[in-house]
Amino acid sequence: MQDNKSNLLEHEVRAEIDRWVAKYPPEHKQSAVLSALHLAQDQNGGWISQDLLDAVADYLDMPRIAVYEVATFYTMFDLKPVGKHKIGLCTNISCQLQGSDKIADHLKTCLGVDFGCTTNDGQFTLREVECLGACRNGPVMHLDKTYHENLTPEKIDEILAAVEDQA
Amino acid sequence: MIEHQNLVCFRGLHLPEPWTMAAYESIGGYKVWRKILAEQTPADQLIADLKTAVLRGRGGAGFPTGLKWSFLQRNAPGQKYVLCNSDEGEPGTCKDRDILRFNPHQLIEGMAIAGYVMGATVGYNYIRGEFWEPFQRCEAALAEAYAAGLLGKNIQGKGVDFDLYNHLGAGAYICGEETALMESLEGRKGQPRFKPPFPANYGLYGRPTTINNTETFASVPVILADREDGQKGCDWFLNLGKPNNGGMKIFCVTGHVNRPGNYEIPLGTPFRDLLELAGGVREGHTLKAVIPGGSSAPVLPAATMMELTMDYDAIGKAGSMLGSGAVIVMDDTVCMVQILTRLMDFYYEESCGQCTPCREGSGWVHRILWRILNGEGHIEQLELLESISSKVIGHTICVFGEAFALPILSFLKHFRQEFIDHIKLKRCGVADGQV
Repeated sequence: MQDNKSNLLEHEVRAEIDRWVAKYPPEHKQSAVLSALHLAQDQNGGWISQDLLDAVADYLDMPRIAVYEVATFYTMFDLKPVGKHKIGLCTNISCQLQGSDKIADHLKTCLGVDFGCTTNDGQFTLREVECLGACRNGPVMHLDKTYHENLTPEKIDEILAAVEDQA
Repeated sequence: MIEHQNLVCFRGLHLPEPWTMAAYESIGGYKVWRKILAEQTPADQLIADLKTAVLRGRGGAGFPTGLKWSFLQRNAPGQKYVLCNSDEGEPGTCKDRDILRFNPHQLIEGMAIAGYVMGATVGYNYIRGEFWEPFQRCEAALAEAYAAGLLGKNIQGKGVDFDLYNHLGAGAYICGEETALMESLEGRKGQPRFKPPFPANYGLYGRPTTINNTETFASVPVILADREDGQKGCDWFLNLGKPNNGGMKIFCVTGHVNRPGNYEIPLGTPFRDLLELAGGVREGHTLKAVIPGGSSAPVLPAATMMELTMDYDAIGKAGSMLGSGAVIVMDDTVCMVQILTRLMDFYYEESCGQCTPCREGSGWVHRILWRILNGEGHIEQLELLESISSKVIGHTICVFGEAFALPILSFLKHFRQEFIDHIKLKRCGVADGQV
């Protein structure tokens, strides 16, 4: 028998997972796995370690392999360390027609990294993402959980400056 | 000219903080739900009204909602579920996000009515993982509805139970496919199930389930409401649109227009009027092509679009689909090879990998298109693209295969010369007028 790793999840995280579990029939705790993984990821600075995957599995009484399957299928889960903030710029059709190429260039220049990379200071991970469902205000990106819409190079400068001020 | 706008899902949009219960009730919100509870309206009557209204599924397929709801037997024993598909992700589509953010109570009312009609006592609203702000709005609205005694057990003392929960996804376009959504909600990879059995028999947790799109559910309360002039809501709704295409539809107009936006207008409105509403094509440019129903719908050339009305039947007849109502407008600066390559990039990325024709086919067409785009194409590859596409269609578990194969066939049908020129020139000729 493997060690139960549930305790690696913070107390508040486990309480929050319990609130999710309560939404589903008692025999279907597994339905809470996406939310549990979101919470584990938030607890750990934006990515989920192998131990935390195991912890989620143990806490929800799931085979660990079932959690690995889920964690590798959905794009919002990071299984390697990432920057403090995640930026995802949509470059799909509507955003592209409305100018996302220019925004992509500007973001890459400002941050000094290409898509898929993290800045040297560990502040930002920049990504190209698929349609975010806010097309009427494209180009659109998310900065962590917040959407920024109708992007212009000037607006990008303001958004990045605001994050750096916080830091 | 478009006479009416924003009368169904966006009817409260003019109000300050339209997402609150107070705002929703100020425009007649929850009246239908309260009346149904008080009068114990027969479910058959409600289904008949939905059929009269000809509310067709707003998620993309356009299936008649009244008919779908009749597949679930109200009195059948055991747990049944209603699910809302708020996993909005079809490129170009951004309407459900605005319903979730600005009118969550109307969605709740629609889902509660659905639960009543089909005898389902539990509902889940599956919201895509990136929609954190809309999710929070929906959570707040749910709390308000519970506090007002409009959800829960033995609602208003009438012996009706309906519990509703918001669920959050984690980033996967395929979860918008109804059975993939159920797999995902059960805590697994979102891979579509083979049908049959259909959700009405074997849905969430293997139980009878009805799933509809956000806009579909949110349209229901307006259809079942009595109008001030004594007209039945369902008759009014049908007459808003045209026969077999009842009501209003939200069109997400994006791309090369002056005012991209969500426009809720009657079905059957001429495309040229919608284009005008969106401010027309950018100055100095002409319309080249339109994808009328989200990226999975076949593209249509400008001349065809300008003669069309925006409804399921007219667009279907013209060889495309109304789909989700995402109207992607492209002007004369657009390179069709580049656009199709970008779209196939998306489908390759999002294929769930379950069926070989889709998993391998989406990558294969993407690689071919990339070569054509970058001057390494051969003329025979156009036939190869068509051959691959036709072999994907009908050979996959879900319609994701069609969703990328049909656009390829349409781009090659309507803009073939542009692909040929691209291959011959070994680069794009659109920008310098070579094409």
